[in-house]
Amino acid sequence: MRPLWIKKARVIDPAAKRDAVGDVFAVDGRLVARLTPAQRRRAKVIDARGLVASPGLVDIHVHFREPGQTHKETIATGSRAAAAGGFTTVVCMPNTTPPADNAGTIQYILDAVRRDSLVKVLPTGCITIGMKGETLAPIGSLKRAGVVAITDDGDCVQSNELMRRGIEYAKMFGLPVMDHCQDQSMTEGAVMNEGDTSIRLGLRGWPNAAEDLIVSRNVILSAYTGAHIHMQHISSAMSVDILRRAKADGVRVTAEATPHHIALTDDALASYDTNFKMNPPLRTEEDRRAIIAGLRDGTIDCIATDHAPHTDYEKDKEFDYAPNGILGLETALAVVLDVLVRRSRFKLSHVVDLMTRRPAGVLGLEAGTLAPGAAADICLFDPDEDWTYTASAGQSKSVNSPWSGRALRGKVRTTIVDGRIVFPIPAP
Amino acid sequence: MTWTRRHLITIEELSLSEIEQIHATASAFKKILTRSVKKVPALRGKTIVNLFLEPSTRTRMAFDMAAKRLSADVIAFDAASSSTQKGETLRDTAENIQALNADMIVIRHAAAGSPLYLSKILDIPVINAGDGAHEHPTQGLLDTFTMKEHLGSLKGRKVAILGDILFSRVARSNIHALTKMGAAVTLVGPSTLVPHGFTTLGAQVSHDLKSALADADVVMLLRIQHERQGHRHFPSLGEYTSVFGLNKTRASWLNPQAIIMHPGPINRGVEIDSELADGDRSVILEQVTNGIAVRMAVLYLCAGHQPEDVIASTQP
Repeated sequence: MRPLWIKKARVIDPAAKRDAVGDVFAVDGRLVARLTPAQRRRAKVIDARGLVASPGLVDIHVHFREPGQTHKETIATGSRAAAAGGFTTVVCMPNTTPPADNAGTIQYILDAVRRDSLVKVLPTGCITIGMKGETLAPIGSLKRAGVVAITDDGDCVQSNELMRRGIEYAKMFGLPVMDHCQDQSMTEGAVMNEGDTSIRLGLRGWPNAAEDLIVSRNVILSAYTGAHIHMQHISSAMSVDILRRAKADGVRVTAEATPHHIALTDDALASYDTNFKMNPPLRTEEDRRAIIAGLRDGTIDCIATDHAPHTDYEKDKEFDYAPNGILGLETALAVVLDVLVRRSRFKLSHVVDLMTRRPAGVLGLEAGTLAPGAAADICLFDPDEDWTYTASAGQSKSVNSPWSGRALRGKVRTTIVDGRIVFPIPAP
Repeated sequence: MTWTRRHLITIEELSLSEIEQIHATASAFKKILTRSVKKVPALRGKTIVNLFLEPSTRTRMAFDMAAKRLSADVIAFDAASSSTQKGETLRDTAENIQALNADMIVIRHAAAGSPLYLSKILDIPVINAGDGAHEHPTQGLLDTFTMKEHLGSLKGRKVAILGDILFSRVARSNIHALTKMGAAVTLVGPSTLVPHGFTTLGAQVSHDLKSALADADVVMLLRIQHERQGHRHFPSLGEYTSVFGLNKTRASWLNPQAIIMHPGPINRGVEIDSELADGDRSVILEQVTNGIAVRMAVLYLCAGHQPEDVIASTQP
C-alpha cells in the first residue's frame, strides 16, 4: 500500500486538542507523525485545501439488518452508506433475524463483515434470549465471540430484576449495556409523541414519561451495581435532567442523541409522513433544545444515528402500520453541522468530538483519533459545500429518509479506513 | 364564492365559507328527501366506491343513500370480504379501485391519516368517512347543520361535548367546525379521556359536569368506546354513568331550549338515560336524516359542482 499524504487540511483531532491547518500521514494503514523523504516520493497525495480532516466518524447505533432482513439493508450496503457518510466505525444492533443472542450469529455477522464491509462494523449481542426480556443471553459467549456491548435495543428489558442481573453479569466481562429506554406498559399502540400534535392528529401518543421512567430506573440500577449503562437516543427534556444529575453524582451512565431528535420536532408529522416515524418519536421544541443543551454541557456524550433502513413498501403505508425508523448515516454529518454549528454555535471541533472520540469512548473502542500509531481512519469533509441528498441515489439499500430531496450543507468528500479510500467507493 | 376542493379530508382545513357552502347545498338537497321521488340526476353515470375498512352502519348507509339519491352507482368494498385480508396494501387496493374507473372514493379507516394518504396517491376525489381518532368531517358538518336548524347562527352559542373525547374523531371534527362558526365549545368528561391538550384546538376543558352543562345550548354525547380504551381510562361503565351519565336532573342544568345530540350508536343507560334519548329535546334521529343531505352536498361539490348549481340539479 502506498503511503498516504493528506495535504493542507484543517486538521481537527479532539483527542489531541488539535484544530489547525496541516498535513496527515499514514503508512501501512497506520497514522504516522511524518513521512520519510522516500515515503513522500511514493505517497498518494490528497490535496485537502478547504477541507476538514477529522478522525473517521464513529456511530455506535446502526441497524444493518443482516442476517435475516437483507431486503432492507445488508452489511455490504450499510457499510457503503457508512463510508458515504464519513463513518469508519459503526456498531450494529442485534435485532436481526434471528436475533444476535448467540455466538453463532455473531460469528455469522463477523464473517459477513470481513467479506463485505468497507468500514469497521462491530456487533452487539442481546441482553436476553430473543430480546424477549425473559432469560439472560449467554453474555460471556457473546463477549468471546466479539461483541462490544449488549443491548435489547427496541425491546427495552421491562423487568427491573432481570435488568439488574443483566448489567451485573455484563459488568464482569467489562461489557457496557445499551438500553432503549421505554416503559412498554405506557406505550401500547403508540406511534408518535404524546402531546398537542398527537391530540390534533388523532394518533396514539408515546409520552416522554415512558422514557424518563426507564432512564431513572437505569440510573438507579447503575448506581446500585456500579455497572455502566448507556442510554440510547435520548428524546426527552426530563431524561436529560435526570442524566445531568446522575452524572454530577458520579453514576456510570452515558447517553447518545440522534441527528433527527436535535433537528426535528413532532410538528413534522402534520402530513402523516412515515419517514418521520421512529422510536423514540420526535418530540417538542422544548425537548429538542434540552437535548442540544445536554450535548453542549456533556450530559449527552455523543451523536448516534440509529440508522434504521426499511423498504419503500414497508414504509409506504398508513401511519399506524408503518415500521419505526429512518436512515441516518449519509445525512448525519450535514444535519448535525447545521443544527449544532450553524444554528447552536457549537465549535466545529466540538461537533467532531461528539461524532468521533466521544462515541468511541462510550464503548471503549479504539477509534476516533488521529494520533500517530492509531489506525488511519479519516474523514475529509467540506463543511460548507451545498448539496441535495436524494435517498434513491444513496448507498443504503433503503430510502426511508426525511431528508431526501432536501438541500443540505456539509459534504463528506473522502473516507479512509486503515489508509484505504472507501469513499468515493472504489471500483471492485 | 366558488367551491374548489376535490377531496374532503378534514374540517380543520376548511374555511368558514366552505362550511357554509356545504350547509347551503345540504339545505337544498334536504328538500328533496321528503318528496315522493327522492332522486336527482346530479351524479348519473358516476361510480362511487365506499371503501369501509372499519365497521360502520350509520355512516355507511348514509353515504350509500346519499350517492343513490344523486343517481350515482355505488360499489361497496368491505374489509372482511376484501383482499386487504389477504395482505394487499391500501395503496394497491386504492389503485385497483381507480383502475376500475371509479369516480370517487369514500373511505372509513381505523388508521388516522389514511384519507390524506389516499388523496396523495389517487387522481379521483377522496372523501373521509372517519379516520381513526382523527376526523369525521361529514359528521361534524351534519352536527353543525342540525344545530343551525334549531338555533340559527351558532355565534356565541355554548356547546358541551360530553364523553370520550380523546379517542373521538367526531369530537375533533365538531371542535373545528364549531370554533370556526363562532361557538364556544366545552369538552367534559373524565380527565383520562379529556386531556388538557385539547385547549390547543380552541375548546375549553372541564371535568365538572354541572358547570359545563350550565346554560349550554347544545349537549353532544359521545359513546364511551370501552373496546378502545381497555380498562385503564376509567374504572367501569357504572362509575362513568354515575359521574358523567346524562339523566333528567343533569339535563335540567341545560338552557331550557337546549338540544341533546348523539352521533350514535347510543348506549342507553350508559352515557344517556333512555328517556332523554327519546325525549323532546333529543335530535338524534334528525342528525341521521341530515346526514344524508350533508353527504349528498359533499359528494356533489367534490364531484366538481358549485353550490348554486344545486337548484337546477334538484329538479327531478
